[in-house]
Amino acid sequence: MTLNTTGPASHGAAPARLIYARPPVLRDRSTHYCPGCGHGVVHRLLAEVMTELKLAPHTIAVAPVGCAVFAYDYLDVDFVEAPHGRAPAVATGIRRVRPEAFVLTYQGDGDLAAIGTAEIVHAAARGERITAIFVNNGIYGMTGGQMAPTTLLGQRTTSSPTGRDAALMGYPIRITEMLAQLPGVSYATRGTLADAASIGKLKAMIRRACEIQLEGGGFSIVEVLSNCPVGWGMTPQQSLEHLKGPVVEAFPVGLIVDRWTGQKPAATTGCPEPARDPEA
Amino acid sequence: MMGPGHSEAARRSRVLMKGNEAIAEAAIQAGCDAYFGYPITPQAELLEWMARRMPEMGRVFIQAESELAAINMALGAAATGARVMVSSSSPGISLMAEAMSYMAGSGTPVVLVNIMRAGPGLGGIGPSQSDYFQATKGHGHGDYRVPVLAPASIGEAMELMADSFEIAERYRTPVMLVADGILGQAMEPVELRFRTPERHAFDWALTGAVGRPARIIKSIDLDPDVLEKRNVALQHKYREIARHETRWEAWQMDDADFAIVAYGTAARVARSAITEARSRGIKVGLFRPITLWPFPERELARLSRHLDGILTVELSSGQMVEDVRLAVEGRCPVAFHGRMGGLVPTPREVGGALKALAAKAERTKAAGHATSPAATRPVDARPAMPKPHPHASSERSELEPWVHERSRGGDRP
Repeated sequence: MTLNTTGPASHGAAPARLIYARPPVLRDRSTHYCPGCGHGVVHRLLAEVMTELKLAPHTIAVAPVGCAVFAYDYLDVDFVEAPHGRAPAVATGIRRVRPEAFVLTYQGDGDLAAIGTAEIVHAAARGERITAIFVNNGIYGMTGGQMAPTTLLGQRTTSSPTGRDAALMGYPIRITEMLAQLPGVSYATRGTLADAASIGKLKAMIRRACEIQLEGGGFSIVEVLSNCPVGWGMTPQQSLEHLKGPVVEAFPVGLIVDRWTGQKPAATTGCPEPARDPEA
Repeated sequence: MMGPGHSEAARRSRVLMKGNEAIAEAAIQAGCDAYFGYPITPQAELLEWMARRMPEMGRVFIQAESELAAINMALGAAATGARVMVSSSSPGISLMAEAMSYMAGSGTPVVLVNIMRAGPGLGGIGPSQSDYFQATKGHGHGDYRVPVLAPASIGEAMELMADSFEIAERYRTPVMLVADGILGQAMEPVELRFRTPERHAFDWALTGAVGRPARIIKSIDLDPDVLEKRNVALQHKYREIARHETRWEAWQMDDADFAIVAYGTAARVARSAITEARSRGIKVGLFRPITLWPFPERELARLSRHLDGILTVELSSGQMVEDVRLAVEGRCPVAFHGRMGGLVPTPREVGGALKALAAKAERTKAAGHATSPAATRPVDARPAMPKPHPHASSERSELEPWVHERSRGGDRP
């Protein structure tokens, strides 16, 4: 393991103090993601949580189709590749024959909220004991920046060159709120990696979603508002500003539902309250 | 009702069972750990049997939200090394095509049962063999094959279930068992003879990376050199399957001048027609492919050297007949008789087509002797004869009796 140590080596006096290291679940390799892309941050957070909760030896993860198809190149756990959108169905199959496993899916917004809508809805409806990491960057990154189901109104993409027009292309989908209506969903939340403080909160969300699975809860999902500097035609810095602004405005950050710990959904600006849990 | 604890005698008793239910029970007794399905006629009883029996056995049953989801659940379960089955009927199998390509590419052993109905599109719910192309030539995208087993009776379907799991696991491949709607829906007395293929520890299964490096089951490889190597390995696997798993049955072929090539229900109709034809002095036998892929081409080629003609009978417009012609390579004439839309050829129809083939072979032989005594068997299935006018109902085209009948306005024998 390579330890990325930082210390005042040039000053000589103080001993080197480890403040940052690659979690062992994260493979030691260079990234294929574009400069400034958020996937690497999400991978890192997952690796930290999996290390802390000692999940790695029990994990069977499902990789999506999209930029994160190579998630198994970074996370050192058993992985199966799902056809586009089908990760929740693949995870269901794993879950049912491997009750002892920790089952994780990792999907983008095209994968989860367009082509795989039926699979995510029904996995959630069945309350499958799986944890879904849903990385929403509002674009099809891998295929060259086309419009996604979560692309903002007015946003220009290679397939909405004059901007997303609601009359022609419909509205962005808040699918996590939709899923949160289902009683099978134990935990649904949305975080972002727009800044360091948000990343800290996001990690806590991912950790909670994983814990709920370990505790025997049902379906848990963490939507991550992420950036795509290349697809958005922005510098990484601009993309983070955009994320904090219009993206968070359209997709409010915070807890959407937690039926497991009995917590009341936190008020989130502009986000409609999920329907009452019929079991509550 | 038929748990493993029952005595051998009980397991061997004969009971009347519906094809769909017998196939389902055979899968359970073969050790199927998980079943995923979606309701569709004419295989719904299979799903229903599984819905009741799998939980009884402490195993996994899920009625999925679609065939897409069902086959992908199967992919996930099979990736962990479980023995997994899905079933559907033609339109549902079309939806499973995508995942079949992924399973072939990533080496995921799943058994699929297709109780075929008539297409195209929503088509009808009558029995059909019109998914032969789909089953044998590919379903999904990419260079891959899937072993396809075709039983001709409910009893054989039960035996082939265990074989299907075995082949799937031995070669890490999806395997299809195809039966037309009649085999799915009819009832037959069957011996409750079951077999549970041996379990193996798989060095590829995803079980959690405990004390070993993490495993990845995938089909993607963006490096063309690596991907070509993977494809070459896949083709090697298919050659191995063709070498070791090709199955067929020859019946009354020893002295035969003619052969009917048919599988599934069509083969049973052919048997009746053969018995009748033999009573009229036509020496005809049955060549029945049991594996549709790998097709028993070598065996059929060998037989064709000694035949005056072959009649292929299918519940389709003529799909397997293409493989028959490829195997025969013009060594003898190959005629076809089929019905579509959920209809089944009658033994009388098949007998008529056979008679026409025999008569034509006789005429060709005579003509050959008249012009050139040294001429051997003609290689062209279509000798130079004036084609009967489509409306000339007195004469029938030996090669396309079905088409001819349609042109007469459905006035069928």
